[in-house]
Formats: sequence, structure tokens, C-alpha cells
Amino acid sequence: MISFQKRAGTSKGRAWTRQFISIIVALLTCAAVIALLGYNPLEVYRQIFAGSLGSLYSFKEMILTMIPLSLLSLGVIFCLRIQFVNIGAEGQFYAGALAASYLALRHPDMSAAGLLPLMFAASIAGGGLWCAIPALLKLKLDVNETLVTLMMNYIIIKIIAWLQFGPWKDPTIKGYPVMPAFSDSAILPSVLGIHSGWVIALALFAAAVIVLGRTRFGYQLAVMGSSPQTARYAGFKTGLLLMAATAIGGGFCGVAGFIQASAIENSLTYQMSNGWGFTAIAVAWLAGLRPAQALLVSALFAILLQGCAYIQISLGIPFFMSNIIQGIILFFVLGSDVFTNYRLVIRRTKDTQNALSERGGK
Amino acid sequence: MRKDIFVSFLSVIISTVLIFGALGELKAANAELKPIAKEDIKAAFIYGSPVGKEGYAFAHDKGRRALEQLGYKATALEGIPETTQFEKSVRDLIEQGYNVIYATSFGYGRYVERLADQYPNVYFNHATGDVTKTNLATYMGRLYQSQYLAGIAAALKTKSDKIGYVVSFPIPEVVSQVNAFTLGARSVNPKAVVEVKWTNSWYDPVAESGAGLELVNTGSDVIMAYLDTMSAQIAAAEKGAFAIGCSSSGAEALPKAYLTAPIFDWAKFYTADIERVVKGTWKGEFQFFGLESGVVEIDALTDNNADSAREAVQKAHDAIASGLLDVFAGEIKDNAGKVRVEAGRSLTDEQILTLDWFVEGVVGSIK
Repeated sequence: MISFQKRAGTSKGRAWTRQFISIIVALLTCAAVIALLGYNPLEVYRQIFAGSLGSLYSFKEMILTMIPLSLLSLGVIFCLRIQFVNIGAEGQFYAGALAASYLALRHPDMSAAGLLPLMFAASIAGGGLWCAIPALLKLKLDVNETLVTLMMNYIIIKIIAWLQFGPWKDPTIKGYPVMPAFSDSAILPSVLGIHSGWVIALALFAAAVIVLGRTRFGYQLAVMGSSPQTARYAGFKTGLLLMAATAIGGGFCGVAGFIQASAIENSLTYQMSNGWGFTAIAVAWLAGLRPAQALLVSALFAILLQGCAYIQISLGIPFFMSNIIQGIILFFVLGSDVFTNYRLVIRRTKDTQNALSERGGK
Repeated sequence: MRKDIFVSFLSVIISTVLIFGALGELKAANAELKPIAKEDIKAAFIYGSPVGKEGYAFAHDKGRRALEQLGYKATALEGIPETTQFEKSVRDLIEQGYNVIYATSFGYGRYVERLADQYPNVYFNHATGDVTKTNLATYMGRLYQSQYLAGIAAALKTKSDKIGYVVSFPIPEVVSQVNAFTLGARSVNPKAVVEVKWTNSWYDPVAESGAGLELVNTGSDVIMAYLDTMSAQIAAAEKGAFAIGCSSSGAEALPKAYLTAPIFDWAKFYTADIERVVKGTWKGEFQFFGLESGVVEIDALTDNNADSAREAVQKAHDAIASGLLDVFAGEIKDNAGKVRVEAGRSLTDEQILTLDWFVEGVVGSIK
């Protein structure tokens, strides 16, 4: 009989060791896959790092991926902290981008000082709304949020595709389905060579650390996340907390969409997320739902993505390789979580009874 | 507390690196186009769809492989969407020393123009594009001439006088293909009509199969698609329809249904173009190649064709290549009955590249 026994307690040290070991095992497994494909694993790993950190250019490209990824993971963290399984970061990203783009396309003549803050606010509202709808459905009708947040992704992407092919199509580009480019005042200026999205992201991370760690609201979320019953017993307004946390979480994802539309795409398209909304869930999880760690983990993922784009060109390895590496790392790290919290027990069936009574006696 | 320190520590690191980044920006980009020695050429091809075994990207990739055989370094990135993902991929390529870029899709235009300004010493080539700069050339084939020939083969084959045509977007390039195909068809069979179905994508095998089946169900017995795959034709062939391929041969995929295809021989263009880069005679100009150049062609007609097809197609081919026959010579009416090109006149290149109406005989409309 094989069973998992919950460990009595987990020391921090043990958790870190296991995380570390699991990453090493994951890298070794990836190395085997790379070798199977006929490449030298050491050379591939070296080039992944050289291609993402080895030059100023690649470092910048890495940061450009890290900005949206980190904000999206921050949004996911706010929801997962209270056990609201939000896999709709992708949709909230697009909802924020859509709200901001509406203003950008509607008011191209406004000054940047007026337009950019409005777009910022609109993106929070858009992303927040897109996350609050599933939260409200969960609260009022007890609908499973995992499914609803997932489905909301497809709704908003199809809405944007419809706008792009229809009402918002740029009439000056001879029938081709693209939206008009934003005016200069709707484009985030760059700070120190990289668009100012990084300043926004850092500011929001700092705010999130303070809100989650230092405020009553953050404390209430922590209690609610670890035990909803306790939260209710303590007299917290759990419904209100749920709505607030999800709206804030969705808002962060929306800001990522605004930054991407404004600074990178200079327009809105229905294919601009590169699947980051889903990668962000993995980032949030690997970071243990802690914002500061999320910054670090999203940097690691950005290194991996940029590095794999690099080896695609330098070694001719298909980009799908990065998905395989990501998948293997996730598998092992999340798998190790199980072993950190549970003990694997293999016994003969007749001993099971004894095992259960032993555990009961502890 | 430790988290706060961690965050501020991280931001200090990031800002420091960024400051150095800004300093790096200051070195002015004053480079200009210079001839590149053969061994220093690093050419990169960017395709909007996977290369696969047939279709548009496959046809370009044959050209790339021809360069490799001649000893040039030529790589390809496939399936790159028409977003800033394209721009980033090209920046990555240039950063790794690539100096000749072939962007093969119309939708890359906005980004190619920006990149050409940013990297004045890199050779940019944009297939089907409409903007040129000193370091940005556009190139395309007068594939509509081959379409005219394919239309002849299709119209001689159809029994229902109805030909189905699956297309992506209502852009002038696509409209000109459909128009020429229809004009060719009606030159030998005035009763033939061409019904159009849109998929709103260059690469969407599921939508393409659906469109192909729908056309067969509404009476078409020859199916054509101006897309990256032959999914529409393959689905239709299962229902007994005949197929015209596009961009590359479909003889292997559909031995019983395949008639012919307007095809590209991009190797002819790419090998000549890269030589111009080596010799320093390359120019950022607009290039438009017809049947006479061999860059566009019609695939050898299979035995599935009507008996008279081979002769009729050859006759038209020679007439077009020698300049005797102009595909878009008047009188041409649009499909609402209005005369668009008077007798004795014909469309100019500029008019062909801005077409936004279908000729008489096309069933369908430009949205």
C-alpha cells in the first residue's frame, strides 16, 4: 500500500533544500532531453544564459518580458492568497489593454500627461472588472471560479478579435485587419533605455508588499486564505474581502495589458499576450505566493524565455524547447512541494492498520 | 522587513544596469549599407506560418535552401505572428549578426518600416510590401498571371460551372489573385463563376477545411485556396472535387484530384538578390516579377486535367510572357455590372496593388 502522510511540520530549511534539489533534478532531466535531440546540454545551458544576460541588448529584452510577467503573477498572487483560483490572468490582461486602448484610440489628441494616467486607471478598472465577475458569481451563486476565469479569457480575446476585424479596423491599411497605431501621447515614455513600465511594475510591487504585509486588509486576507472559517468567526466581511482582493488582482493584470499595448505594441491586437497569463500562474505558485519572490521567479522565467529565443537562432533549436524545459521544471518543483508537506509511505497491506493507529496515537 | 529590503535591493541593481544601458544608447547609429562578402552574409527568413510540406512558407523556404546549397548562411524562423513578436525576433537576429532580412508576410509591414529606420546597415526585404526605403526593398511576383492560367485549367475541368475559392483577407493582393483567376476561367468558359469564402487568416487548417466543404456542398466541383495550406482542397477532394494548389505543388498530397497550381520559384529571386548584396548593386526598390522572369510559374498540368487544358494554358502562358496578353486588359466589369476598365485600357501596377472590387463572375463581396 502506497500512501501520503502529512508531515507534522515543515522547516523552512527543508523546504528550500527540496526546492533546490528538485530544480537540479529538473535541469538534469532537461539535459537528457536536449541530449536526445542531439545537442550538447552544457552548451545549450551556457547559451541560454549568455543569450539572456550576456549582453546589454539581451538583458533589456529579458526585462521587457519580465515586466508583464511579474505584474501578471502579482495579480494571480492576490487571488490565490485567498484561495480564489484565478487562471484568467490572460483575460484580465486583455481586458485592461482593451480599456486603455479605447481611450488611446478615442482621444489621440489629448496630452500624454492627461491620457496616460487615464489609460492606467482604465486598465485597472477593466482588468479588475474581468476578475470581479467570476468572484461575484462565486459569491452569489457558488459557481466554480476556476472554470469561469478560464472561460472569461476566451470571451475577451474574441471580443478584441471582433473589434480588430470589424469596427476598430484601421481603414487606412487597405483591408488588412489591424487597429490604428496609438498617437505618441498614448505611448509610455522610456526611462533609462527601457519603457517606463518597469517603474510602474516596481511601484506596484512595493505597494503590494506593504499592503499584504503591513495593513489590516493584508492581515485579513492572510487569515481568510489559511482558514475561511476563522475569518468568518473573527467577524471579517469575507464577501467584501473576496471582491476587493480579486478586483485588485485583476487590476494588476490589467495594468500589464496597458503597458504592453502602450509601450510595446503601440496598438491593440488579440495575439499580444504570448501566453504570459498562463506562465504567470506557474510563477506565482513557484514563488510561494510571495510578491518579492515572484519578482525573482519572473526574472528566471524571463531569462529562460529570452535564452530559448536566443538558442533558437544560434543553435537552431525549436522554440518549443523552452516549453519543454518550463514544463519539466514546474513538474519537479511542484512535485517536490508534495514531498515537502507529505511523507511517502510504502507498507504491506496488513501493516496499514498498525500504521493508521500509530499515526492516530501521535 | 526582509522583503522590503529585498525589493529595494533588486530595484537598485536593476536601475544601475539600466543607467549603463542608457549610456550605451548614446553611441550614434551612423552606419550605412555596405556590400557584404559572401562568407559574411547571414540571411534570415521570417515566415508567418510553419513551413510544413506545401504552401506559401514552404515555397519561400525552397528559396532559402537554394541559398544554403550555394554556401550562404541562411536561417529561418517560422510561425512568427504579425505582432511585435516579429519585431523582437528580427532584433534578436540582428543582435546575433544577421544582416539580410527577408520578411515574407504583408502584415509585418508596420514593424519592418520601424526596424529599417533603427538598423540602417541591415538589408531589409519585405515580400508583398508597399513601402521602400534606402535599406528596405519590397518584392513580389505577378502571381496573378499564373492565377489566370490556373483559372483556365479550372474552368475547362468544372462540370457545374462553379469553382470555389478560399481566401484570407480582403487585401488588394488577394483580390487581384481572385480577379485574375476568374478572368482566366471566363476566358475559356464564360458561364463559369467563382464563389469566394473568407477565413480571416493565412493559416487556419480547421476553418479552411470547413470552407472547402461548404463550397463543395453549394455546388463547386473545383476548389482553389490562396492560403498557406491545402486543407480546403484536401477536405473538398474527399467529396470528389478537383483541386488547384497554391504557391507550391500539391501533386503528392492529392494525386487523384490535383490539377495544377500557380507557383513561385523563389530560388530565382533569392539567389539573384543575395548576389546583388555581395556586389553592392542591391537597391531599396519595388520589385514585381511576372511569368517572363520565371519567379512565378504554373505547375506542370497533371493527367487529371481536361484534354484541352494543356494546350490552352500553354498558349495563354506564352502570350502573357511575351507581353501580347495583359491579364487586366479591358473591358472589365465588376461583379455589380459596372464597367471598371474600358476597352483598350488596362489596369496599371498601382491600380492592381490597390484593387478593392471583384470582377464579374465572382460570387462574394469585399467586406
